[in-house]
Amino acid sequence: MSAPAVATSTAHVAFDPVRARADFPVLARAVHGMPLAYLDGAASAQKPRQVIDAVTAAYEEEYANVHRGAYYLSEMATANYEAARKKVRTFINARDLAEIVFTKGATEAINLIAATYGRAFLKAGDEVVLTQLEHHSNIVPWQLLRDAIGCVIRVVPVAEDGSVSIDDVAKVVGSKTKLVAVAHVSNVLGTVLPIHEIVQLAHEVGAKVLLDGCQGIVHQHVDVQALDCDFYVFSGHKLYGPTGIGVLWARAELLDAMPPYQGGGDMIDTVTFEKTTWAELPAKFEAGTPPIVQAIGMGAAIDYLNALDRPGMEAHEDELLRYAMMHLEQVPGVKLIGTAPGKTAIQSFVLDGTHPHDLATVLDRSGVAVRAGHHCAQPLMEALNVPATARASFGLYNTTEDVDALTAALRRAREVLL
Amino acid sequence: MNVTAPISNDLRSLYQEIILDHGKSPRNFGVVDHHTCRAQGNNPMCGDRITVTARVTDSRTLEDVAFEGKGCAISIASASMMTEALKGKTAGAVRQLSKAMQDLCTGKADADEARASLPENLAGEIDRLASLSGVHQFPVRVKCATLSWHALNSCLEGKAQATTEK
Repeated sequence: MSAPAVATSTAHVAFDPVRARADFPVLARAVHGMPLAYLDGAASAQKPRQVIDAVTAAYEEEYANVHRGAYYLSEMATANYEAARKKVRTFINARDLAEIVFTKGATEAINLIAATYGRAFLKAGDEVVLTQLEHHSNIVPWQLLRDAIGCVIRVVPVAEDGSVSIDDVAKVVGSKTKLVAVAHVSNVLGTVLPIHEIVQLAHEVGAKVLLDGCQGIVHQHVDVQALDCDFYVFSGHKLYGPTGIGVLWARAELLDAMPPYQGGGDMIDTVTFEKTTWAELPAKFEAGTPPIVQAIGMGAAIDYLNALDRPGMEAHEDELLRYAMMHLEQVPGVKLIGTAPGKTAIQSFVLDGTHPHDLATVLDRSGVAVRAGHHCAQPLMEALNVPATARASFGLYNTTEDVDALTAALRRAREVLL
Repeated sequence: MNVTAPISNDLRSLYQEIILDHGKSPRNFGVVDHHTCRAQGNNPMCGDRITVTARVTDSRTLEDVAFEGKGCAISIASASMMTEALKGKTAGAVRQLSKAMQDLCTGKADADEARASLPENLAGEIDRLASLSGVHQFPVRVKCATLSWHALNSCLEGKAQATTEK
């Protein structure tokens, strides 16, 4: 295990959720006359002042297109954009800057892998292994690939408590497996998948591993070298950064071997009508003007996280989850969905006799923002035999008061709906 | 400690007794025997799905109509109340009620205006349906209330699918 990545944290002060909360301007507002309890970070996290200021400064002070102009502003914008890449590299402990590809989000990153790696290296009959709890963005790109090349999708089942057992993975992974593409953390259940064991198992049969880190990187320290996976993807906006920016990390040798995703400016070396050669990594995968300010904003979010006591932050989120599970269960009729051991700060639930949409509407009138629906995981809903769930997800800025607001509002919802 | 807001009037109006009752015990839940048309209403954002079946006579009367599916209290109640309101109505009356219902749910018309837009024999129906009009204060829920109506209209137009996402 390589340890130094943690040492990038400059925090000297123990994590204080109340202080951290004060960094997020929107959390000070009222909703329907009630204090806002924002419990939907798993869909998109709120942004700290530091990110908002960085985005504003990028536009107000140093904005121009990148990698082009021989003038001051373009040089500054390029430096800031590339600095964000360096921040990402350090944050996930990637070996090389060339391995950090900016995309518009995790969805695009997975589609990129399916469209380039998938089409170049998989063939008819090869197997892609997913789990039942995947987000649609880690299902549909593989179906598109299957329809294009005839590969086969195999699905690892999820246990009733929402856990994924390595034994079940072992039953599906075999000599035909070319890629195992799984969530690091379930966006619906908070289950932390046994990713170390999955990587080991997949590598034993020569398969590559793609980890969808959208939720994982928010709640856990990620070191891609220690994980030993082959692809890791995440979105900036769930990590307290802007929308429209995401990261594809892959080993440089894989990225080198993969054909480009989109053609255009920035991704070329030389262009003639007879033949075009590709730019070096990572530019080869960044056709067109990139999300410049969004990348800078994500860099600011990473700076923000690095300045916090991250182990303290993770402990706080775990404690919030424990507190929420305990108090939610005390509300008559509430059933927790997803109780896997070692899970992280996302909790789905249902209230007997009510539909999650009605629940979310009533909770909203108490200032409590939760997500209701299938959470872009319809196959999981089917496996769990629920049409939908309500989901509370906890970020670094949430407090036990948010959970108290949720449980009080749930009791109120019983009065309205039952 | 947090304080919980009093239950607001708009919530009370949305989740009034008659709606909760239809939501929990939907009428005409199932499939119409010998139906002449069938359509599915699908709300892809939240996963609600409702299938409407109907038997339409040669003289364009909605002789029987039923629905089945899964959804929130609003979509189920709306479907249930729709089937009660429309059974036995002519195609013309269905069209008029459908338009009035759309206006009620989107806040384009209040109950009085909706009633005024209809012939007298449909006033009683729209008065009952108007209990769903509270939904106009919850913009993201409007499509729950209109899902079954979209499905029914597709059904009558001979289309198999309706979606509220347009």
